[in-house]
Amino acid sequence: MNLELNGHGAYAYTGGKPFDPSLPGVTFVHGALHDHSVWILQSRHLAHHGRAVLALDLPAHGRSAGAPLGVEEAGRWVAAAVEASGLRGTALVGHSMGSLIALEAAARLGARASALVMVGCAYPMKVSPKLLELCQRDALAAIDLVNTLSNSTRAAKPSHPGPGFSIHGSNRALMRRTQRGYGAGNLFLADFSACDAYAGLEAAAARLACPVTLVLGALDQMTLPQAAAPIVAALKPRVVTLPAGHNLMAEAPDGVLDAIGQALGPQPAR
Amino acid sequence: MAGHSDPAFDTLALHAGAAPDPATGARAVPIHLSTSFVFENSEHAASLFNMERAGHVYSRISNPTNAVLEERIAALEGGVGAIATASGQAALHLAIATLAGAGSHIVASSALYGGSHNLLHYTLARFGIATTFVTPRDLNAWKNAIRPDTKLLFGETLGNPGLDVLDIPQVSAIAHDAGVPLLVDSTFTTPWLMKPFDLGADLVYHSATKFLSGHGTIVGGLLVDAGAFDWSASARFPELTQPYSGFHGMVFAEESTTAPFLLRARREGLRDFGACMSPHTAWLILQGIETLPLRMERHVANTRKVVQFLAQHAMVRSVAYPELESHPDHALAKQLLPRGCGAVFSFDIKGSRAQGKAFIEALKIFSHLANVGDCRSLVIHPASTTHFRMDDAALASAGIGPGTIRLSIGLEDADDLIDDLGRALKAAQKAGP
Repeated sequence: MNLELNGHGAYAYTGGKPFDPSLPGVTFVHGALHDHSVWILQSRHLAHHGRAVLALDLPAHGRSAGAPLGVEEAGRWVAAAVEASGLRGTALVGHSMGSLIALEAAARLGARASALVMVGCAYPMKVSPKLLELCQRDALAAIDLVNTLSNSTRAAKPSHPGPGFSIHGSNRALMRRTQRGYGAGNLFLADFSACDAYAGLEAAAARLACPVTLVLGALDQMTLPQAAAPIVAALKPRVVTLPAGHNLMAEAPDGVLDAIGQALGPQPAR
Repeated sequence: MAGHSDPAFDTLALHAGAAPDPATGARAVPIHLSTSFVFENSEHAASLFNMERAGHVYSRISNPTNAVLEERIAALEGGVGAIATASGQAALHLAIATLAGAGSHIVASSALYGGSHNLLHYTLARFGIATTFVTPRDLNAWKNAIRPDTKLLFGETLGNPGLDVLDIPQVSAIAHDAGVPLLVDSTFTTPWLMKPFDLGADLVYHSATKFLSGHGTIVGGLLVDAGAFDWSASARFPELTQPYSGFHGMVFAEESTTAPFLLRARREGLRDFGACMSPHTAWLILQGIETLPLRMERHVANTRKVVQFLAQHAMVRSVAYPELESHPDHALAKQLLPRGCGAVFSFDIKGSRAQGKAFIEALKIFSHLANVGDCRSLVIHPASTTHFRMDDAALASAGIGPGTIRLSIGLEDADDLIDDLGRALKAAQKAGP
């Protein structure tokens, strides 16, 4: 589905179903150098089970135009996308950088946000200065490093989006393509700098009106499980820990889906 | 940032895609000889069929043993995934059938395996897919042959049998300028000698029958996707960018940013044409890949010794091996194939057709058969076997003469191979006028 936001085209994958804003919504927000396709299984499943799905491409990512945004700005952008889609209410699901953006969007949406699921999250989401320096000097090397740290195994089964795919290779190809797709600057630097700079957890928590689920990877080397402690303290979430690395949606697709499903509650009547 | 690096090739060859079996603790990859896989419940079944959850349904579409092989070759090639097929020819057909239909056009190298030439020139033409063949080192010919209906550029990393080195950086640039992907047959080189994706290729396939399995025991193919080609940016591929009524109106390029090709190839081509691989075959190829680095190193080392011997022999007119300065692609080979130019090459024997026959029949270690990439050394006469359907002009275009003999150098002691060839050349000399 194509939307117009802030004068730029914005894209949302709707899970392979026509978008019906009268259904309860689920809005997915990807992380750094990713796009909607990281949610392919979870978003497709929910769209085929009575939900109106918006799996967004953030500005400068995938099929959405515009410049990359900081976390708070992106949160406003996501809230505007929900508004533009016609959804009356939505759950928000985000991964990594996207989980912080989803938090900001949920805080802005107030009672219209029915649930918040933060996958692979840490706070503060500080980024190594060496990594930021590396991405300016050699973005492909930085992508390779992040990709290596994002995957806990070379043999996650049944693989993602299905058997025969290399999760490691797919994630690298997606990050490379997303980096290449933004011609106006260094998207890696913009995304990871946005993560590094975000300091709005407490302010967002004060405005949040929905229950929170935190989905952590026990083997995560990007956002270590213990680095989520400030989120646990501020948001009092239900915590689900899965045997996976940072690339949770690919390494543990059913576990992530089940965690989202529990956060959403019973399946709506079709 | 030391301490966080990807495993090297030799490690991936042993481990990528596999972990100890969680059910039994088996360290080696189990052979899952099961046609089907039990659903947890009706809801789970529906989710698997509709690609809402990942998993196995039916072994024509996917199988746990095959999936390990697919992930392993994807890791070795640097791709996003792979599909195991019944043969190398099935892999080539699957690649073409996923992108092309009646009214489509392919530009292909003229230096191809005879079976690939047959498929393109005769069989696919019957189904409305036309092919223009070009001399692989004529870059202008590649460019000029591209038409509005062209779906694919296709060549072999090392052309069969003259070992023309495909200039993948240049040919892929030509393809990409036109919004067309480059498909490469990497059978002769394997990812140990060359990684075509690093050079610009978009799709790679192997006859895994050859060096990947390495023991002359199976027939199988592998099709790998780099995940780099932007199908949505090209207007040539509605198969991937428009709804597909054969799978719930799925728009593959929306479902997956990097792998719509593989999604459609599995969900349509493997499902409907059915040229899948047996899990037992997949297991045997995995066994082969685990020693691929060691074998390829020995294959190349033996080949260099044999090439050196033949190049200096009085009964040999010429040897076509790109590491020789006499080969037209010598400089390109040094650039693209620094680890070596493989273990399959051809040479021309002096004398009559009868002397060529005497040579082949005098060999004792080399087996006279139609295959390459075995651990045992092999020999064949292409003009009367693998390429016999080609007329003289087509043969000449492919670099094949009536006296051309193709060798596939195995893992035996190189001195024994040289003795065998020396004896056979002496027999050929004696058979002369």
